[in-house]
Amino acid sequence: MLRYLLIRALSLSLSLIVASVVIFAVIEVIPGDPATYMLGLNATDETLAALRDELGLGGSALSRYFDWIGGMLTGDFGTSYTYRVPVAELVLDRLQVSLPLAAMALALSTLIAFPIGILAASNRGGVVDYGIMGATQLGIAIPNFWFAMLLVLLFAVTLQWFSAGGFPGWDNPFLALKSLTLPAIALALPQASILARVMRSALLETFSQDYMRTARAKGLSRGQAIRRHALRNALIPVLTIIGLQFSFLLAGAIIIENVFFLPGLGRLIFQGITQRDLIVVESVTMLLVFSVILVTFLVDITYALVDPRLRRR
Amino acid sequence: MIALDRLSLSIHGQPILRDVSLDIAPGEIFGLVGESGSGKSMTALALMGLLPTGAATTGRASLDGTDLLSLSEPALCRLRGNEIGMIFQEPMTALNPVQTIGAQVAETLTIHGKADATEARAIARDRLDRVGLKHIPMDRYPHELSGGQRQRVCIAAAIALHPRLLIADEPTTALDVTTQAQILDLLRDIVADEGMSLLLITHDLAVVADMADRIAVMQTGEIVETGPTKTVLARQDHPYTRALFAASSHQPDRATYPDPAPLLAVENVTRSYPGPRQGFRRSPPLHAVDGVSFALHEGESLGLVGESGCGKSTLTRAILGLDPIQGGAIRLNGTPVTPQMPRAARADIQVVFQDPYGSFNPRWRVERLIAEPFHLLPDPPRGGDRRDRVAEALTAVHLSPDDMHKYPHEFSGGQRQRIAIARALITRPKLLVLDEAVSALDVSVRARILDLLAELQGEFHLSYLFISHDLTVVRAITDRVLVMQSGKIVEEGATEAVFTAPTHPYTRTLLKAAPRLPDHIGGSHDTLV
Repeated sequence: MLRYLLIRALSLSLSLIVASVVIFAVIEVIPGDPATYMLGLNATDETLAALRDELGLGGSALSRYFDWIGGMLTGDFGTSYTYRVPVAELVLDRLQVSLPLAAMALALSTLIAFPIGILAASNRGGVVDYGIMGATQLGIAIPNFWFAMLLVLLFAVTLQWFSAGGFPGWDNPFLALKSLTLPAIALALPQASILARVMRSALLETFSQDYMRTARAKGLSRGQAIRRHALRNALIPVLTIIGLQFSFLLAGAIIIENVFFLPGLGRLIFQGITQRDLIVVESVTMLLVFSVILVTFLVDITYALVDPRLRRR
Repeated sequence: MIALDRLSLSIHGQPILRDVSLDIAPGEIFGLVGESGSGKSMTALALMGLLPTGAATTGRASLDGTDLLSLSEPALCRLRGNEIGMIFQEPMTALNPVQTIGAQVAETLTIHGKADATEARAIARDRLDRVGLKHIPMDRYPHELSGGQRQRVCIAAAIALHPRLLIADEPTTALDVTTQAQILDLLRDIVADEGMSLLLITHDLAVVADMADRIAVMQTGEIVETGPTKTVLARQDHPYTRALFAASSHQPDRATYPDPAPLLAVENVTRSYPGPRQGFRRSPPLHAVDGVSFALHEGESLGLVGESGCGKSTLTRAILGLDPIQGGAIRLNGTPVTPQMPRAARADIQVVFQDPYGSFNPRWRVERLIAEPFHLLPDPPRGGDRRDRVAEALTAVHLSPDDMHKYPHEFSGGQRQRIAIARALITRPKLLVLDEAVSALDVSVRARILDLLAELQGEFHLSYLFISHDLTVVRAITDRVLVMQSGKIVEEGATEAVFTAPTHPYTRTLLKAAPRLPDHIGGSHDTLV
């Protein structure tokens, strides 16, 4: 088990190094002069020189890379050119929205997907199964921004239970959670649909396994056999999808954040790109890569907890 | 105690069982024998109330007068594992891989509310001890155990509540002969100790001949003959019983004239694997094949027997030139056999594997499947030529040339094995490696394939390397035999001599463990093994 953990940790660090080199190269080295890119064609020589100075573009690419990495390791992500505040501060601010939003959406998606996936699998070929499969098909097909607008129309405009957008901050946790509820639902719908389908097919796979027959021969009812033997075996593919979904939810909520006027990470990176704020783009990208790799690492560890056969490797 | 009275079963309208009647007395071992598809497993599942969806039954299946077929599902759940326990064929997959063995045995007790968690663990420990797993801790997972040990865990779970009937569906088919003998001994002991009845389902007449008090022979959903084991085997009233008996000990007519020229020379071959990891270090390397030498002559049929893990598969892969060897040399016709050997040289050696279902691409037609080894030839036949060669190969294995336009799923297991042989013959090889090639087949099909192999050997002057754990088959088809144990050849000699007067203790153990059909019956054939 210790060996498994160390190998996973090593692979995590290597992935991070490779990713940082690629991001640095794509943003700072390949396009040529970042300062020209940021200021556009009409910039004067003086402003360009001033920006280069500010960005620390004086040294070689190698020394700039190590400066960048060293800064990030100590929590210094540079200063945003457009906002004129440290990127770390910006990101921390945005994470207060994005992290809870992603967590809520993921929790919702899992809470919905597990029971309906199990229900569909246990009623394979029946009316319930067809109903659930049809509904999840729809859930995947409906664009989530459109679904988000329907939610706003119903719950914010007509019923007036929720506000139509904006984020009041965490001073009042109840209000904060309330404002994240509709966006989380909108984000969770397609995720839950996908997850439910994965759950269903993973379970069906286990139903034909010999150990399920053994369980029934011991006197377990069908439901007991599913709960006690099938579920944990079906968890591996489901965990993989959950890991991917969390990574996606963290940064992929741009459209939903726009629909609900939420100051999240997705919007930050989007604004960074449109305003050519390379410092923001570079650091936030790196941060997202880090979170994706970290989640993958956590999923790997969970695999080993679920399946004893992996602990031996 | 258990009585089936004119039980008929159909699944989605397709008749599976017809008027099956049998009685099992308390403490009795009842053998149910038949080939695949004869309905023997379905009979057991009907008793357990575990029939697949779409099943419709008529007749009665009763346990002490209670009609099992009319019981509600909750009542059946109370019965399963409690009154009737069951074990299955594949111990490797019969246990939940993510749960400890202790938990899986204890579950039988807790699920029926017969013990709380602590008591259940204690009883589970006791039951595991009873099945000979005293030395195995309860917190082991199935993958840490061997096949035989896993089957013991299944038995422990099945007998945890002292059921009155234990159903064992091909409990030893997937196991080695020595393990099989141990498991059968264990079952016999337990049945005697606990006074339970045993319904032993098998395709292997020799297994029930040794074990059962009474047997029933099944064919296509019907019991064709039943009675005390000795009487049934001695009288063989029904033609099917006779056919089954003859097929079990079938000896193909072979006329081989071993040519003194060695075709395959294996000299002091060694193949080792890195040892398993222990923390950050590795234990010493495993010598899967350890200094093996032998020669195979033209036109000769050589058997290689040994139990799983003895190294015969590793040796086979090396002989086929699939894996590198670490020491020694393998020569075919004087040319070294290595993974880098020229393709054309590979055409001289072809292989037939065990599983006639898994070894074909299901989306290819038979013509393409059989013609595939042609890519080994520097100048493969094309168009009409190619089709003629495929037709020729199909004819050689007694299939029709028209079959080349079909897909593999349109054939039975035996026919698929014929296709596999045709594929192996297409390059006109000198040596055919038969890796458990008849092990997955029913006895009657197996007998016909053995006849075919004997015939082809005469016709094409083929040499066979026949790898099997099944001693009966090896005795029937080989001239010489090698016995392999932990990577080494421990005995070598003419097949008859080795089987009648084995010199190495391991060979004696193997022969002793193999179940046998009684000597004084069985028609004109001498009993094998």
